[in-house]
Amino acid sequence: MTQLTLELTKLRTDITEMWNLVASQLYKSLYSLKTFDKDLSREVVSNEKRVNSMELNIDRDCENIFALFNPVAIDLRFVLAILKINNNLERIGDIAEGISKFIIIEKEPFDPPLLQKTNFLTMFEAAIQIVEDALTSFNKEDTKLARSIFKQDEMLDEINAEANQIISDYIRANPDKTEQALNVLSIIRRLERVGDQTKNIAEEIIFYLEAKVLKHK
Amino acid sequence: MDSNYGTYKLRTRHLNLFYSTKQALKDITINISPNTVTAFIGPSGCGKSTFLRCFNRMNDLIEGVTIDGEVLIDDVDIYKNMVDVHEYRKKVGMVFQKPNPFPKSIFENVAFGLRINGERSKTVLEESVEAALKQAALWEEVKDSLNKSALALSGGQQQRLCIARAIAVKPSVLLMDEPASALDPISTAKIEELIYQLKHSFTIVIVTHNMQQAARVSDKTAFFFMGELIEFDKTDKIFTNPSEDATQNYITGRFG
Repeated sequence: MTQLTLELTKLRTDITEMWNLVASQLYKSLYSLKTFDKDLSREVVSNEKRVNSMELNIDRDCENIFALFNPVAIDLRFVLAILKINNNLERIGDIAEGISKFIIIEKEPFDPPLLQKTNFLTMFEAAIQIVEDALTSFNKEDTKLARSIFKQDEMLDEINAEANQIISDYIRANPDKTEQALNVLSIIRRLERVGDQTKNIAEEIIFYLEAKVLKHK
Repeated sequence: MDSNYGTYKLRTRHLNLFYSTKQALKDITINISPNTVTAFIGPSGCGKSTFLRCFNRMNDLIEGVTIDGEVLIDDVDIYKNMVDVHEYRKKVGMVFQKPNPFPKSIFENVAFGLRINGERSKTVLEESVEAALKQAALWEEVKDSLNKSALALSGGQQQRLCIARAIAVKPSVLLMDEPASALDPISTAKIEELIYQLKHSFTIVIVTHNMQQAARVSDKTAFFFMGELIEFDKTDKIFTNPSEDATQNYITGRFG
């Protein structure tokens, strides 16, 4: 096994570890929201430092591989894809942290009818699922699964598009819960961005495996 | 009429070459456009240097070599049309792995080919030597020491002198067989920069084991393996998304 192969294998292991951490950050955010467990939210906020540290390490490793091993062809595409996936994962990590901060400042548990009307929990679970599907498609080198992420992202977009009206109606009916409703709307916006980031990741997986550029198409 | 007539500088069609009974090149067809740099890459023994030498008939000097197929320079088959080897070799300059200046002055090295071709005018010789040294990016370094021995130059300067010597007789094709493999990184960078500039005047074919060098200097890359031309495409395509698994395995170092 060449040194480059060893370096690429390590990169794959490291990005998988970061991916799992980011997915778990999202999952913990959802769980703490459902159970109103602020300690768990604080744990997510604290763990964000680990995500950032992993991002820096992976960036540095990619830079070293470019400088020392001059990767070409599929190896080059792999390292380029990892650089971008790394960046997208870090942003998803930021989103999980942002959601947790909303939970921490919330005074009372989220109103179940509000969550139900906005399809909020469905959206949250779908956001976690597409991050996990992206990881599976990466590790199994399954571009069909990667392409299915585009469809899942559309579902998140639809829920987000409908949220304005639903939240507006809810606020009119429950003016005392305005602040919480606006926080839910903010979280929905962030979950929609998880979809966008994961779509970018899926594009990178397809670029790495098939050398096809799907960005902006 | 051949539909490719007038389009390409160098061509081969179904070229086979044997060293006695051992086949070194297998049915190679390639078209090389004028004023481009083409890199030949592949593992040792794959036939790339043998193939390069077909373009100036250097393989003729090796006992037991037989060739069939066509090798065309400017659409003239250099093996079959009773061409004068010495005449068309003027069209083809060659630079080797190790700098090989003659044990003469810098001036005489560059003037050598011109003198062989019968040039006697001192003015023409001086102008041609200066032009060739300028084109080889060596003039500024040697203009005050043209009468000094070429052997006193550094390895990188000697190689640029050999390039000047090759281009002084105004060939249209430059063949380079690992021209920078014996040089340090700075001299290598100068040779590579020179190759880039020279392609405006010449059609250049370079054999190299240095993958990054092939990627840096060439417009198109040909990958050879076991005497076969496996893939020939634009260099950026070869190094980002080659079509053949064998090419990918070789350039990524997974080969053999």
